[in-house]
Amino acid sequence: MLLLDNIYKTFNAGTVNEKRALNGVNLQLEEGDFVTVIGGNGAGKSTTLNAIAGVFPVDKGTIRIGGEDITRLPEYKRAKFLGRVFQDPMTGTAAGMQIDENLALAARRGESRGLKWGVTHKERDEYRELLKTLGLGLEDRLTAKVGLLSGGQRQALTLLMATLRKPKLLLLDEHTAALDPKTAAKVLELSDQIIAEHHLTTMMVTHNMKDAIAHGNRLVMMHDGRIILDIKGEEKKKLTVEDLLQKFSQASGGELNNDRMLLS
Amino acid sequence: MGNVLLGAISLGSLWAVMALGVYITYRILDVADLTVEGTITLGASICARLLSGGINPWAATLVAAVVGMLAGLCTGLLHTKLRIPPLLSGILTMIALWSVNMRIMGKSNVSLLRIETVFSPLQKLGLSKNMSILIVGVACVVVVCVLLYWFFGTELGSAVRATGSNAQMARAQGINTNNMKILGLMISNAMVGFSGALIAQNQSYSDIQMGTGSIVIGLASLIIGEVIFGTRTFKRTLVSVSLGAVVYRIIIAVVLKMGMDSNDLKLFTAITVAVCLSLPLIREKLFRGVSQKKGGAA
Repeated sequence: MLLLDNIYKTFNAGTVNEKRALNGVNLQLEEGDFVTVIGGNGAGKSTTLNAIAGVFPVDKGTIRIGGEDITRLPEYKRAKFLGRVFQDPMTGTAAGMQIDENLALAARRGESRGLKWGVTHKERDEYRELLKTLGLGLEDRLTAKVGLLSGGQRQALTLLMATLRKPKLLLLDEHTAALDPKTAAKVLELSDQIIAEHHLTTMMVTHNMKDAIAHGNRLVMMHDGRIILDIKGEEKKKLTVEDLLQKFSQASGGELNNDRMLLS
Repeated sequence: MGNVLLGAISLGSLWAVMALGVYITYRILDVADLTVEGTITLGASICARLLSGGINPWAATLVAAVVGMLAGLCTGLLHTKLRIPPLLSGILTMIALWSVNMRIMGKSNVSLLRIETVFSPLQKLGLSKNMSILIVGVACVVVVCVLLYWFFGTELGSAVRATGSNAQMARAQGINTNNMKILGLMISNAMVGFSGALIAQNQSYSDIQMGTGSIVIGLASLIIGEVIFGTRTFKRTLVSVSLGAVVYRIIIAVVLKMGMDSNDLKLFTAITVAVCLSLPLIREKLFRGVSQKKGGAA
């Protein structure tokens, strides 16, 4: 479903701030794979997701989704294949627009937009039903501005928007990191539910080792812009935090430097 | 005073179209577009030249809108294709338009005295000049508001709004944000060009200086309208901004009547806008204590 072939990216090349962010990333995802991505600070987790989404062009390498080469496509054209949820709850939704308008924007992802109504009555009824499944009471606030919602509500809405049209690949970029623990758990549970229901191919970046182990059928660990561990199948199911820490120091030859990760 | 008031209201209705244009860039796209200073003169110049050449007044006014749209396109391309910051893009187009406007008019002003305008038919029916202007002005504002209300409710209009509200999110939903910015700037400047044409016909001349300070007038109208009449819904906001342009003209008429030197008007307008823009902060500072007391009582 997804193929990352030898991806390189250096930011601010040739300046004092030069940062080699991706250093030959190779990854192949099968349809229905749910892979969790962990790694230290600056390991290249979010950069990998952004490279797939087309936030910046990569220096070298090929990105394919469903066999199609998307390496040179601009961000807005890649959106057709991707559902994205971001770390900052503010990023995924338009605060100045209503809940139904946000959903309607997402419903037209990858389609040309013309002079038909932005939201139809039929759609509103569908959205009401859909929002009920979140269990957050949003179905009664269809015309409320998204800016009035809490972070957790906005993340749940973004998740719904990302999967409203079934994406070829769902990208979750530490999407629960900015939420309080209870809300984070709820949004994560919701993610699992939606991914399972639609059988979505998913990449989830997380800094929480337990989450990375508990979710998905595959786990990759990144270090210095490379994938240094790729654990799947039975091995993934039996994995513990201790195993992971040990494997990390073996693979990278050092201690894990992600403070947030160790604390959680 | 009655006649002065009617004059102010009718003039406000002509500027309302311009204020709505500023609303599109400043509020919907979240860009302060300085192109309008040149575009308003551009609309006036084109219209004046065409009217002098004997073209139908409505046709000339519509041409002004189309040419205004091109000015918006120019700013949009500078900003999106050449990655020049929006404020500077607008300034560049504005400066360039000064020369273009001089070329169009051939001199620094063109008189429209004794020339048929869009207001003439009503005046021939026996209505006063101010009344004719008011009727034409209000009709234009209503048509523009209806068109805007429709457009921003469509898929395309929603995409423009999403771009202004959160460009990152818009791109993630497959929206070409660059094109949406260009489109928004074009619509806005079309309205400003249209407004410039109406204003020239109202004052019976087009002048190279007439656009100076117009962005501030547009912002003043916009903010006064929002503060006084509210922004609860989009429909309400459109009406508020239109009325804001009228209120602005009434305020100007009143301070002039009270003896303010007309040369001080720009200073007065700038201060008004500065005060209005800082209202949220002022409100917060002044009423923090009050709202806490209220909370305690409840």
